[in-house]
Amino acid sequence: MSAVPMEHGLLLAGLLFAVGTAGVLVRRNIIFMLMSVEIMLNAAGLAFVVAGSARQQADGQIMFIFILAMAAAEVAVGLALVLQLYHRFNTLDADAADTMRG
Amino acid sequence: MNALFYISAVIAVISTIMVVTRANPVHALLYLILSLFSVALVFFALGAPFVAALEIIIYAGAIMVLFVFVIMMINPGRRGIEREKQWLNPKTWAGPSILAGILLAELIYVLARGSGQLSGVAEITPKEVAIVLFGPYILGVELASMLLLAGLIGAYHLGRRSQGTTPREGEHL
Repeated sequence: MSAVPMEHGLLLAGLLFAVGTAGVLVRRNIIFMLMSVEIMLNAAGLAFVVAGSARQQADGQIMFIFILAMAAAEVAVGLALVLQLYHRFNTLDADAADTMRG
Repeated sequence: MNALFYISAVIAVISTIMVVTRANPVHALLYLILSLFSVALVFFALGAPFVAALEIIIYAGAIMVLFVFVIMMINPGRRGIEREKQWLNPKTWAGPSILAGILLAELIYVLARGSGQLSGVAEITPKEVAIVLFGPYILGVELASMLLLAGLIGAYHLGRRSQGTTPREGEHL
């Protein structure tokens, strides 16, 4: 068994996730919002690895690898959206793009 | 071995809070990289060395480089020199450096113990991970490859400058 209790690892994951959620809610700069989403994804992966380590199964690490692939795809699309937002509105404020056409 | 985990955990929480509260995106990025490093050390302390390496190579390497590129592309060039001077101010890099130094001390401590492995922690080796990943989870690997392809195409499509809209919007502003 791992020397660190599982609860402490899950507590760390929960803290990081809470900080990331607060970042998404509080910040309006879209780059900071993307960074906060990365923090949240990382915290979710941390929870998986902690649980896998406590149960001595490799499945937790595999879920982390899938989350990693998902985060890479998400950040590529998200940063392309950031560039589009900046070219169209000349700002990084997410509230600048609050109207839809159509 | 518990100390390794708890010190890294405290650094992870501190640096993550700093990410959310910084005003300058580049400062936040420094702290975000530090947060990823400390989470990688947490993985190592939990006996998962493979994902610790992946965390550094993919998260702190590839994904953070994307962020750096985009922030550098967006920053206007005129005020570059003053900002460069401002970044060389010790106030900017002292915080990340101190926290990174603590992480480095932990790493050196682990390496100095000789084996490069933690005692008292049952490790899950890359071999076990790979056997399960390409056995029961092979469908997930295929789905991940399709997701990455979709992300690639989506980023290419969105990243193109669309003709027609951009100059018109620019004139209005």
